[in-house]
Amino acid sequence: MPIEIPTLNVIALAPQIVVVVTALVVMALDISLTDKRVVGYVSLLGLAAAAVVTFALLGGPAQAIQQMAVSDGYALVLNLVFIVTAALAILVALGYLDERELQHGEYYALLLFSTAGMMLMAAATDLIVVFMGLEIMSVALYILAAFNHRQVGSGEAGMKYFILGAFASAFFLYGVALLYGATGSTNLHAIGEWFSPDRGNLGDPLALVGLGLLLIGFAFKVAAVPFQWWTPDVYHGAPTSVTAFMSVGAKAAGFAALVRILMVSFDQAFTLDWQLVLAVLAVLTMTVGNIAALAQKDVKRMLAYSSVAHAGYILVGVVPATMTGVKGVLFYLMAYAFMNIGAFAVIAVLEHRDAIGTALSDYAGLSTRKPFLALAMAVFMFSLTGIPPFVGFWGKLYVFRAAVEANMSWLAVVGVINSAISAFYYLSVVVQMYMRTPTDETAAAPALRLSGPVVVTLALALVATVVLGLWPTPLVNLTALGIFG
Amino acid sequence: MINQVPVSYYLLLGAILFSIGAGGVLIRRNAIVILMCVEMMMNAVNLTFIAFSRYLDSATGQIFVFMVMAVAAVEVAIGLALLVELNRHKQTVNIDEINSLKG
Repeated sequence: MPIEIPTLNVIALAPQIVVVVTALVVMALDISLTDKRVVGYVSLLGLAAAAVVTFALLGGPAQAIQQMAVSDGYALVLNLVFIVTAALAILVALGYLDERELQHGEYYALLLFSTAGMMLMAAATDLIVVFMGLEIMSVALYILAAFNHRQVGSGEAGMKYFILGAFASAFFLYGVALLYGATGSTNLHAIGEWFSPDRGNLGDPLALVGLGLLLIGFAFKVAAVPFQWWTPDVYHGAPTSVTAFMSVGAKAAGFAALVRILMVSFDQAFTLDWQLVLAVLAVLTMTVGNIAALAQKDVKRMLAYSSVAHAGYILVGVVPATMTGVKGVLFYLMAYAFMNIGAFAVIAVLEHRDAIGTALSDYAGLSTRKPFLALAMAVFMFSLTGIPPFVGFWGKLYVFRAAVEANMSWLAVVGVINSAISAFYYLSVVVQMYMRTPTDETAAAPALRLSGPVVVTLALALVATVVLGLWPTPLVNLTALGIFG
Repeated sequence: MINQVPVSYYLLLGAILFSIGAGGVLIRRNAIVILMCVEMMMNAVNLTFIAFSRYLDSATGQIFVFMVMAVAAVEVAIGLALLVELNRHKQTVNIDEINSLKG
């Protein structure tokens, strides 16, 4: 067998490399610095550099290493989603970790490694690279979830996330193995070619089982029903700054790889089969997430179930397998990053001891105690419900429109009904904040302190949610660049 | 002529090992045994990869196995570290007793 000299185009992976190098610099600085907050600011600088590099690459698609990864519009737009997510999560962490005396440099290094893994998943065009990206992301997240070593709930969250994550990875791997056996390749384009109609391989049972196992692995990662039961415990136990990061980042990365695999490799093969499966999953995910969220008395847990429901809304955009759907998914992920991290930033402020102060009753009369905080939370809740003129409305509009265009109006109808159900629990937070007087217990709680970074996070998320809601054109134009190379 | 082992035997063994591992994760309550079961699932996948690699006469499968082995080692390290950390709070490795998060 002759050995081919691999083509290497490092520039195509420059954003990932910048993030990894920043993480290494952060680890080195962590040793020499006593004030670990500086490390956080250095991480932000690194992310800004990665964003600049991403914009610079937006010219045309470039293959990276032997068609293993690509920097096309799709990967680059998702890079921006991950960078925004990581930057907002770091800002939340700067304040949150300080108050709990958990300010360690490793936190930022792990968060950056996780971000690099997410970016690799979005760029991957080979199942090996998808797997590596998935593991780089997940392993860092397992540690981050268990980061609060003083509290048993955090360790428990890390352990649960780890066991179920590794379990899901094994299913994903088995799916890859069977696909490899059926098609003889792990390259997404090669698999797609193998399924082209003239090759007569449609409906191959081995490949079908492989795809099914692959979907199980992804359903775990994006918290879709029936693999959603880890979500509330992990999101509840993990430090709030970590929950904010992984609720958006891990979901976006899972969808990034899933959409590319379905669109590139399985465009022709079993389209009807997987579309039906994903449509059923979308309906179940939305409904189960929303109904479970209705019963929650704890805002952090409620948002965990709501994130399950949002995975369902995003799936609605995946099902049609059209470019309209892909753009809708990209828009939704970016919108979700702003509104969801904003909401978790508010929770991080109110949480005065670990996982205490997150109950719904703790929000009673917040509008009189901290008007700005209450206003921000209200906007995020309205946006998550999908009420215009906030950005969440456009996100839902675009994914539902993709379903309608693909003659799946029933799916959009289910989505709208679910949004109506979700209004009930989102608005109950607003009711608590504006129409209830503080209880004696809440009044006795320590005064709320708004640290500088948290104010910046809230302001950024608030401005993005409102401005992109009133004027979504820039974001629409950005997602229009999200094409496969 | 030497009788060769057909590829389907390896695949079947891989499937059986994977099922035992998956069953173990769901049934066993000892966190360390669960870790071992996850490892077993990964190695079942490795066996499948190598069988296919040999059958297809392609090196990709074997390269993938190296990646999986490295990742499996990382996962064990992380898993045991998390378990030691958790064991400091609760002197147990039984996952039924690790139940402070509910609701």
